[in-house]
Amino acid sequence: MSAVGAVGAAQPAAAPSGKASARQSRRTRITNRRNLELGLLVAVWLIGLYAYAEVDLAVLGKLPANLLAVAGLLAVLLGGAHIAIRILAPYADPVLVPIAALLNMLGLAMIHRLDLADAVRAQRNGTKLPSADVIAQLTWTTLALLLFAAILFTVRDHRRLQRFTYTAMVAGVVLLLLPFLPGIGTTVNGATLWVRLGPLSFQPSELAKIALAIFFAGYLVVKRDSLALVRRKVLGLGVPRGRDLGPIAVVWLFVIGLLALQNDLGTALMFFGLFVAVLYVATQRKSWLLIGGTMFIVACVIGYFAFGQVRVRVQVWLDTWTYASDQGYQLAQSLFGLANGGIFGTGWGQGYPQFVPFAKSDFIVAALGEELGVTGFMAILLLYGILVERGLRTAIACSDPFGKLLAVGLSSVMALQVFVVVGGVTRLIPLTGLTTPFLAYGGSALIANWMMIALVMRISDRNRRPVPDGPVIPWAGNHR
Amino acid sequence: MNRAIRRLSLLVGVLFLALLININVAQVLLANDIRNKPGNQRTVLEEYDKERGPILVGNAPIARSIPTQDQYNFLRVYSSGPQYAPITGFYSLVYGATSIERAENSVLAGTSDLFFVDRIQELLSGRALKGGAVTLTINARAQQAAFSGLSGKVGSVTAINPQTGEILAMASSPSYNPNLLASHDQPAIAKYYEALEADPNKPLLNRPLVSNPPPGSTFKLVTTAAALESGRFTPTSVIPGPASYKLPGTSISLKNWQGAACGPGGKVTLAQALAVSCNSAFAWLGNQLGQDALRAAAKKFGFNSGFSVPMRSATSIFPENLDSAQTAMSAVGQFNVTATSLQMAMVGAAIGNGGVTMNPYLVKDIRGPDLRVVKTAAPSQFQRALSSANALAEIAMMVGVVEGGTGSNARIPGVKVGGKTGTAETGPGRPAVAWFVALAPAEAPRVAVAVTIENAGGGAEVSGNGLAAPIARAVMEAILSGQ
Repeated sequence: MSAVGAVGAAQPAAAPSGKASARQSRRTRITNRRNLELGLLVAVWLIGLYAYAEVDLAVLGKLPANLLAVAGLLAVLLGGAHIAIRILAPYADPVLVPIAALLNMLGLAMIHRLDLADAVRAQRNGTKLPSADVIAQLTWTTLALLLFAAILFTVRDHRRLQRFTYTAMVAGVVLLLLPFLPGIGTTVNGATLWVRLGPLSFQPSELAKIALAIFFAGYLVVKRDSLALVRRKVLGLGVPRGRDLGPIAVVWLFVIGLLALQNDLGTALMFFGLFVAVLYVATQRKSWLLIGGTMFIVACVIGYFAFGQVRVRVQVWLDTWTYASDQGYQLAQSLFGLANGGIFGTGWGQGYPQFVPFAKSDFIVAALGEELGVTGFMAILLLYGILVERGLRTAIACSDPFGKLLAVGLSSVMALQVFVVVGGVTRLIPLTGLTTPFLAYGGSALIANWMMIALVMRISDRNRRPVPDGPVIPWAGNHR
Repeated sequence: MNRAIRRLSLLVGVLFLALLININVAQVLLANDIRNKPGNQRTVLEEYDKERGPILVGNAPIARSIPTQDQYNFLRVYSSGPQYAPITGFYSLVYGATSIERAENSVLAGTSDLFFVDRIQELLSGRALKGGAVTLTINARAQQAAFSGLSGKVGSVTAINPQTGEILAMASSPSYNPNLLASHDQPAIAKYYEALEADPNKPLLNRPLVSNPPPGSTFKLVTTAAALESGRFTPTSVIPGPASYKLPGTSISLKNWQGAACGPGGKVTLAQALAVSCNSAFAWLGNQLGQDALRAAAKKFGFNSGFSVPMRSATSIFPENLDSAQTAMSAVGQFNVTATSLQMAMVGAAIGNGGVTMNPYLVKDIRGPDLRVVKTAAPSQFQRALSSANALAEIAMMVGVVEGGTGSNARIPGVKVGGKTGTAETGPGRPAVAWFVALAPAEAPRVAVAVTIENAGGGAEVSGNGLAAPIARAVMEAILSGQ
């Protein structure tokens, strides 16, 4: 990246006419690593097809009839995304989209596998064959990729989003409160996170992630200097002034309210964590992390004593096997499945992931853990890890503070979500209603997550784009 | 801000590390614990998914898995179910596995370490894992003779090969049908099992292994062995055999079943005492030898030890701390002496094996999924109970029981058969237990059999010769005619 800047900086000295400079810039073109992305996408495409074929071979004993059609469709989807990136964000990070696509493919393969299990069971019991959820998920994937391209197209400069800081706040709060509107809100599996409009249902908290990330980034860019002021030092850490606890207290109260209404600790953790992470990066005061952590623990304690569902989840977490036949059934089945998978997994199509309730959404990562083993599970976790790391790296390389905070926010929220979901499913922490990004069945989550990738790609593209020819006009807000 | 971002990424790294460690704990470290927790359908389905290996008698399977169309893929079927039920046990969705199905589960399910190479091969070739086979030492015709002999009665038959300790027959009555417990109809399974448990005659019991009533007069074989080994008595030694024997220190007299003296003048040879099952003579012998000698002899035959055949047998007891009266009663197989038919068959087998007690076993060999033999059982000695000379002498005495004594129903034309009858009292108001211990042919015994009839179903007079000896004869004939 520094090479980009150095070579780019060499250009203005020539101060030539347009055509000559264009020729020169072509000669000294910076590799934009899109070919690497293409290569990775081809590998992802092959892996996805392999998984699909393997599932059918294992469960049905033969290759899927529509393998070529599916191959074509996936090639069009992935190729289309790649072309959109080449046109709209050619200098962006080459690893983000292949990883997101790979996770998406793995999710599709597992949903298909679970569809087959449903069909076998329906056949055995003589009931009606259920519709294949994988088709819905494929449709959502297409839609998500279209929106991905749309975001890249409409948002040419991420800094423009800063203008919408307070709009984003309102949008985020409204989205979070939507499930509580009578008539359209629904409670699923104990948590009120879903909104149903006719035949479609979506999780507004997924879109709220983006809105609130934009809001927090925009708000803290302005307020960070004052929030970084310290009155005194306690235990070697600077403690902020009392009045600056205001914003975090407001967020905390909002989150507690959300917890009360939603009966789900997961979204609370995710949003509060998002705020604390962005706050920490904006002010660089470690004390905010400690204060945030303490407030979160207090929120958990309140949640445990005040809200029934939270208490149930914690009890099941602490003593799963006693509750294995009723409230702990889901978690117990997930653990049985994972234990069954062992080191190498049972193999695609050869485990029993269908015994875990909500295997297609909440517990899809447990289903993958059973069939791919701990090796596959670790690989998936590492994929998420790399995704988050690329996002944070984009933040580091970003030269404007809003972009930095936005990238940090989006990466942190993804990291937290993965931690909360995988931790709940594997009994590291109590279970919540969140689902794993890209893997789980759910249109709103897919769309929201691909939009997040689009925003990070936009920031990353600007980072790596060579400085334009002509005199460099320093950006007023350009300080680290 | 970059430093803060870097620190944040460290924090994120810690979170992911926690996740990675936790999934390794859940999927690798604790996996076995979790798999064995109740409510885990997957382990059952995994086992059912594979073709379970057969249990063979000779080369014919008496238990095997056949493919089915339902979700369990395989069904366990038992040919001649009730006949072999105590040996095979059952393999059930609901009640787990018992007997050989359980004891040799790792072989039958194909998970045993013996098949490590086979498992790798099957993993690489992608073929479904099959279980290995277990060949039993049982002789099919003997088992059939034993089981049909017990029909309608409550009792047990155990037959052993004296030279090796191989169990040739092990039948229990009443029995049950393991097919009904191995089916895939779970409500039917539960109903049948409850009926079996409620049956007062306890069909699920493996009587040869666990039912141990007093051996009665068959224990005189042990007392005789103790007498011979003491060096003080020979088959021709003359010992008192009055009409009754007063138990020392009590006012109770032990009577003979004949109600009279066993020989002229109240005296009888040791051989004759055994032939007519003289209570008074053996009670006297018991006091002469003392409880320690009796116990030592009994222990060498296997009393006070448990055996794994591979199922664990109940321990046949020769009690401790007896006074003289109790010693006398113990010498005739009463008081608190208990024995399984397996134990008494071992007594007969030891006598027939030159005086050496062999460890009994049911599993002859273990075969891989391709039916090639992987492991063969080797006979092993338990202890020497008698010198070979004394063993020969005792066989001759046992022949005397059959040819001129109480065991006439065990005679086989053209074969010299040795035996001993027994009728054990089990308590006031409870039916006596009829016993018979036999071996044949006397010159070089190939089979030792013990039969107990715990309940003849009323009517018939309970006697070892009447009820038990014919069954022993049928079993011996089945073995002898085969070779």
